[in-house]
Amino acid sequence: MLTFIVKRILLAIPSLLAISFLVFLVARLAPSGPVEIIAGDKATPAVVAQLKHEYGLDKPVLVQYLNYVTGIVTRGDLGKSFQRGGQPITEMFRADFPVTVQLAWQALLFAILVGIPIGIFAALFHNSWFDRLAMMIVVALVSIPSIVLGPLLVMVLALQFHLLPIDGWSSPLHTLLPTITLGARSAAMLARFMRSSLLDVLRQDYIRTAIAKGYSRGRAVWKHGIKNALLPVLTVMGTVFGALLSGSFVVETIFRVPGIGFESINSISKRDYPVIQGMALLVAVLYIAINLIIDILYGVIDPRIRSQENPR
Amino acid sequence: MSQSPTSLSPTADAWRRLRRNPIAVVCGIYIVLLLVAALGANLFTRYAYDFQDTQRYLNNPSPPDANHWLGTDALGRDVFSRLLFGARVSLGVTAVVVVIEALIGITLGLFAGYRGGKTDLYLMRLTDIMFAFPDLLLAILLSAIVRSGSEALPGWLSLGTLFFALGVVGWPSMARLVRGQTLALREKEFIEAARATGVPERDILLRHLLPNLSGPIIVQVTQDVAAVVLAEATLSFLNLGVQPPFPSWGRMIYSSLNDMAAKPYLLIVPSLALAITVMAVNFLGDALRDAFDPRLRE
Repeated sequence: MLTFIVKRILLAIPSLLAISFLVFLVARLAPSGPVEIIAGDKATPAVVAQLKHEYGLDKPVLVQYLNYVTGIVTRGDLGKSFQRGGQPITEMFRADFPVTVQLAWQALLFAILVGIPIGIFAALFHNSWFDRLAMMIVVALVSIPSIVLGPLLVMVLALQFHLLPIDGWSSPLHTLLPTITLGARSAAMLARFMRSSLLDVLRQDYIRTAIAKGYSRGRAVWKHGIKNALLPVLTVMGTVFGALLSGSFVVETIFRVPGIGFESINSISKRDYPVIQGMALLVAVLYIAINLIIDILYGVIDPRIRSQENPR
Repeated sequence: MSQSPTSLSPTADAWRRLRRNPIAVVCGIYIVLLLVAALGANLFTRYAYDFQDTQRYLNNPSPPDANHWLGTDALGRDVFSRLLFGARVSLGVTAVVVVIEALIGITLGLFAGYRGGKTDLYLMRLTDIMFAFPDLLLAILLSAIVRSGSEALPGWLSLGTLFFALGVVGWPSMARLVRGQTLALREKEFIEAARATGVPERDILLRHLLPNLSGPIIVQVTQDVAAVVLAEATLSFLNLGVQPPFPSWGRMIYSSLNDMAAKPYLLIVPSLALAITVMAVNFLGDALRDAFDPRLRE
């Protein structure tokens, strides 16, 4: 198990380097440099050169990149923002990150609590009206993007019936609409996957055996079916988490939630790309870490996988 | 090519079953109508998409009436025109991006699967790296950075950055799919026979392998279309996609947010267009998957 974890972490390093280098390189290839942006049109060449030196931008790209990586590895330093009076990026993330985590966590909880039971009942009552209706709604929800769902929910629940606040993040009530908007698509994904997974399991011999032994259908499904059906669902959790992570950028922008996504989109419009680079790295680390945890959990839950030599 | 009713090619068989699926037919008709509306946008609309009708209407946005069937937006532009031209932009972007994705994905997938060994190892490591990051977020980042250098990107260049950002991001799932299918087909007798009779590699890939992969590839392309339509709308919503003067459904939704209590139709019209389009593509994709599934064949 330990060798597996170490191996996976080592394998993640090239991915992280590749992503950060890609973002770094594309940023350097942009038509006008960051210094010209900060300094503005009226800056003298001397000022521009001074600023370039200050941010280390007068060195070759590869040296800059090495300095950047060294800074991260040795000091945990992601660099300074071009705006915000040169605020360190780690400091900015420390303030905004908890908000994004809370949003993602609540959305995930919503998706699980709504999606999994719907998937289970759709599978148990396969081909019933409930199953058909549920699957229609699932395809609809998968197709409705958050940029449509969010504003429509605001229009109906906040503006029409005044049930919920329009935007912001100041009370638990404020978090409700962003959570639903972010979690709806994931709930649909989970429902669809849980349904097909449980349908597969219900066709297995051991379910028939359990019923033949005298278990009621409900008890057979509960004791043998759902546990086994949840396993494959765990593998899509990585994808679900990725969707939540990307989705939070959009949802935070719609509802003005002061998290990483909202701040990053702001930074993008201000062309503050040290922030964008740092954010890319943070997201990559998170995403890889979550997928690693899911793989480990998978091994913990399913002994068949643990016994294999290469669990990938 | 003569065909008896008892032996249809897999594609013909899938097509036959697709036509019997009412949901697929409705979605297919909708998509064809949308394509016609997008391609003929200048024929079906009275006003140019950037024409500001401020003469007749002092108060913009104005609700739907006989002149402007879906009303005008805050700048006095005809919403119906913007909807159709927006479809043209959106579907055009999607077509280009999906072609880019499919070309890269199919080529790399075929080579990786057929050659195996080092080629396979390196190409799949590359897709692993791409999979280590959420798609949409990478597209957001790439287009953000590409455009961060210039003040206002001219319209056409903004489309170029979209092609780049979405094309770079989308190919790995196609590559993985094609590779897996190729791996399975590589050992079949007909490929071995082709190899044994000295058919060049290029012909084996293009004439023997590719036609046998058409089913899964078509299904994957449909999924890519839905994903790219959504991604384009989302990027444009975030002001990272299509730039003015070109209309975009995503940007239309964003612009409607400020005034949605008083002018709900400005939000509802592009929202419905976007959701229905993606839904139609998704339903069609599901139907295609069923149609190409050999296990469901009669």
